Amino acid sequence: MAHQADVVFVDGVRTPFGKAGEKGMYWNTRADDLVVKAIVGLLERNPNVPKERIDEVAIAATTQTGDQGLTLGRTAAILAGLPKTVPGFSIDRMCAGAMTAAAMVSGSIGFGMYDLAIAGGVEHMGHHPMGSGVDPNPRFLSERLVGEDALVMGATAERIHDRFPQLTKERSDRYALASQQKTAAAYAAGKIQQDLVSVAIRTEQGWGLATQDEVMRPETTLEGLAALKTPFRPHGRITAGNASGLNDGATAALLASGDTAKELGLTPKMRLVSYAFAGVDPEIMGIGPIPATEKALRKAGLTIADIDLFEMNEAFAVQVLSFLDHYGIADDDPRVNPWGGAIAVGHPLASSGVRLMNQLASQFTERPDVRYGITSMCVGLGQGGTMIWENPNFDKKAKKRA
Amino acid sequence: MTDYSTIDFDSLVALAGDDEVVTHSYVRDIRLASGRTLALVTLDNGRDHTRPNTLGAATLLEYAATLDALKARAAAGEIDAVAVTGKPFILAAGADLSKVAEIPDKETAKKFVQLGHHALSKLSGLGVPTFVFTNGLALGGGLEIGLHADYRTVDASAPALALPEVFLGLIPGWGGATILPNLIGIENALKVIIENPLKQNRTMKAQDAFDLGIADAIFPSVNYLEDSLRWADGVLTGAIKVRRPNEPGKLERLAKWDIAIKVARDMLTKRIGTVPQAPYAALDLMKAAKSGTRAEGFQREDEVLADLIAGDQLQASIYSFNLVQKRAKRPAGAPDKAIAKKVTKVGVVGAGYMASQLALLFVRRLQVPVVITDIDQERVDKGVAYIAGEIDALHGKGRISPDEANRLKALVTGTTDKADFADCDWVIEAVFEELEIKQNVFAEVERYVSPEAVLATNTSSLSVEQIGAKLANPERLVGFHFFTPVALMPLIEVVKTSHTDEATLSTAMVTAKNLKKNAVITADTPGFVVNRLLAVLLGEAMRAVDEGTTFETVDKAIAPLGLPMAPSALLDLVGLKVGAHVLDTHHAAFPDRFYRSENLHRLADYGKLLEKDDKGKVKGFDKGALKLVAGGKNPRSADEILVALEDGLAREIKLMLDGDVVAAPEDIDLCMILGAGFPFQMGGVTPYLDRVGASERVFGATFHTPPVRGVEA
Repeated sequence: MAHQADVVFVDGVRTPFGKAGEKGMYWNTRADDLVVKAIVGLLERNPNVPKERIDEVAIAATTQTGDQGLTLGRTAAILAGLPKTVPGFSIDRMCAGAMTAAAMVSGSIGFGMYDLAIAGGVEHMGHHPMGSGVDPNPRFLSERLVGEDALVMGATAERIHDRFPQLTKERSDRYALASQQKTAAAYAAGKIQQDLVSVAIRTEQGWGLATQDEVMRPETTLEGLAALKTPFRPHGRITAGNASGLNDGATAALLASGDTAKELGLTPKMRLVSYAFAGVDPEIMGIGPIPATEKALRKAGLTIADIDLFEMNEAFAVQVLSFLDHYGIADDDPRVNPWGGAIAVGHPLASSGVRLMNQLASQFTERPDVRYGITSMCVGLGQGGTMIWENPNFDKKAKKRA
Repeated sequence: MTDYSTIDFDSLVALAGDDEVVTHSYVRDIRLASGRTLALVTLDNGRDHTRPNTLGAATLLEYAATLDALKARAAAGEIDAVAVTGKPFILAAGADLSKVAEIPDKETAKKFVQLGHHALSKLSGLGVPTFVFTNGLALGGGLEIGLHADYRTVDASAPALALPEVFLGLIPGWGGATILPNLIGIENALKVIIENPLKQNRTMKAQDAFDLGIADAIFPSVNYLEDSLRWADGVLTGAIKVRRPNEPGKLERLAKWDIAIKVARDMLTKRIGTVPQAPYAALDLMKAAKSGTRAEGFQREDEVLADLIAGDQLQASIYSFNLVQKRAKRPAGAPDKAIAKKVTKVGVVGAGYMASQLALLFVRRLQVPVVITDIDQERVDKGVAYIAGEIDALHGKGRISPDEANRLKALVTGTTDKADFADCDWVIEAVFEELEIKQNVFAEVERYVSPEAVLATNTSSLSVEQIGAKLANPERLVGFHFFTPVALMPLIEVVKTSHTDEATLSTAMVTAKNLKKNAVITADTPGFVVNRLLAVLLGEAMRAVDEGTTFETVDKAIAPLGLPMAPSALLDLVGLKVGAHVLDTHHAAFPDRFYRSENLHRLADYGKLLEKDDKGKVKGFDKGALKLVAGGKNPRSADEILVALEDGLAREIKLMLDGDVVAAPEDIDLCMILGAGFPFQMGGVTPYLDRVGASERVFGATFHTPPVRGVEA
């Protein structure tokens, strides 16, 4: 019989994120190998998990062909050495792929159908450049179902600037600079590395080992950012500096029912409160997190004031700013992306959702004063996704002290 | 001791010219979790996995220079460890054999061996801990790279690790013979260096290597390099203590070492005789490795290996190796594969032992329906039951899954009605070896099968063309001669008659390949290749016996050929009746060249030649048998017998080549190696005959120009 169960986030890891393309560190590494290494790393960190008890392996990828094809969730499970009795599937919601994988297996856990599940994602944007192999239905344009900009993410971000003139390029650049600086500080403190699994990489100089994100630019300055080209519009606002780049990488997380975690002696890092996905106009997809968060808060019976930590995916700085402005949160509010974000570490599309969870979970561990946090991201073709999490380490006294 | 650094190796590079596919040594620094820096050397020749890394002169010099540079960096405190690994799937496959075969003189051979020591041994003196991550294939020198390191890991999926040198007439002389017994114990080392190579060149899986102690850690392939680096970090920090339970202690050196060597030597002498040099040379080196320094061991290896490289047996071994590895895969005279007909159902005439063996092989390898037939239902049922039993046995041993067993058993049916052959496109007979019976079998089969169906006969002694005399379509008949035991023996003689058409021949060659056998095309002449030459051998042996020579002398006389068994043992194996029959048929075909022995018929009637104990172990000759053959008045000396045999073989092979029985002497040797177990280090038989002067004596020339022999004979 179906029954309701608590859903907990037990642990999550990711590969270091690489720069997409021939010069990137993963050019000679297969996409499926990246996610397999993430899964293996995750299970090695959690030796108490009986592999045969895993009920699902849900792996997201946006472009599901080649080394990201063949029902990746199933093939990754086999390649990672999970018992053949463990099923798996592939899932796609573009940038929110891994988040959707986590949400969907959480739904199954909550409904009592699964006890343990792996959710993750991978995007090798070097092997699978954005939009490769797509064949959009001509009706999108002939019937004006979506605007011309809908499939060009940079162009959708420019439209946020149009809609909210107070979100200036200067604010975007400043936000981007802070992201780089916060990531550099987090790296210096060893906070990011704790959830990375090293990946052996083949290069022209022989084998190497990827141990950290490849695209970080701690040396970034405002002046430098201001001088960058605006490839999506002449004299536009979106630059390579205030947007996430094109990246390769993979993530994997372990979710469980509260009872199963207890039975196996696993320490939950987060408890799932609610999740929601919502749609907006595709040509201004970056504002998607707003309605998604509204919905998730409503389902949780919470307000934005209850949220003490925000892990926002930084597809574009302006897109995060639109969210913050909506809720009246300052651009430099310390609750938002305290360890920086995708502008600094990268955004391998379908993998990023779990990265947000990993970082929120690590922050929960060191912040018993925090009760609720959210992970949220925008999605191509006009969507947003938000998951609200509760900190199992929450301590009222700590909150009072804080 | 030899100071390798004073030797100028550049001449070796010049000698190789632009021919060497150089395996480069790339270096990248890896920052380990502990904060230490490990310099990771990747060996990569820039080719895909079909061209493994090999170790030639330029490769070794680059590797040596790379390690020298790392030694300097270690001294400067820039690096804390060095590790060596390979390109995907491959560490290294050892020295490039084709290059070794081209070494012009002993001096060069010695220098090449010294270069190997010079380069590989650097890994043991860098001033920081060294590791080899055996990420894949590691053969010969490839495995020896790791032996010089302080620590080794191995990828659990590595397909083959071995020191196959002895199989090829060499010894593991880049440290293997010296270091390995001191790492894993003398008995384990004997297994790797002597036993495995002589068991059809058996290789180790990664787990075997780990269990023996060749690797200190084993990791699954999915994260092999990451795990190895993490493990190395653990060793460097002291968190991981490496234990080597197989490392020989004082007691083993004192009490076990020499005994193990002696036991191995006795076993070798019994099994392969004393003709092959390499196994004994390896034994001597391993014996000496018990004490003294590594450098002394390396110096001994230099001498011994240089001698072997310059000697006859290596050249013959490489000749044999190329036959088996290359010529066997592209058989001379084979028509285009594209014209082969599809074999989707097989008929086997006969349900006796041989026919059942054939049916089992066809169903296992081709996985198509196989129908066996015989004259009555009882025999048919027995045949089908035997095959089903063998399939169950394979399942019982875990060689095939239950589903596969069911599939195979369902494919085998029996019938007494040859009409059930109607849709077979390949019918092979293995009925009694009598011409008229075989003729009638095929004439009857032809009534039912399509005109294109291929008919194959497993005859060993009859004319294939005559077997097809009653056929309306004799162009689809081909000889397909197996050797027993069918499952194990790798050779099929594919016999082409003057009628056999190209499509039929192609079908036979492709079918042989699909059966995982090696096929050699022969003409339709008595005994084809293997039996004809064995008839020379047995005939000369029996002639000497009949003349009054003892079996013992005869066996001893023939020993220099290095055959896997003496004539008496061969007779015992094939059966005295079969032996007598083989001599009879060859004598009937060529009365002036082949000897027919009455004594052998008497022995056949008597039933035994050798005396054996309960376990089948040979104790000596049967006294009754010896009495039966006694009475000859003109015993010959061992030398006389050997010369007569060599000349007989040379004459017969020359006649076979002149008569186009096979395309070239290489095919004769391929047949004798694969079909009769003639030794690698003799090159089969023709290189030997050239070398001992038999070819020159018999027909005033040699089979091979230049002859296959060492650089300093």
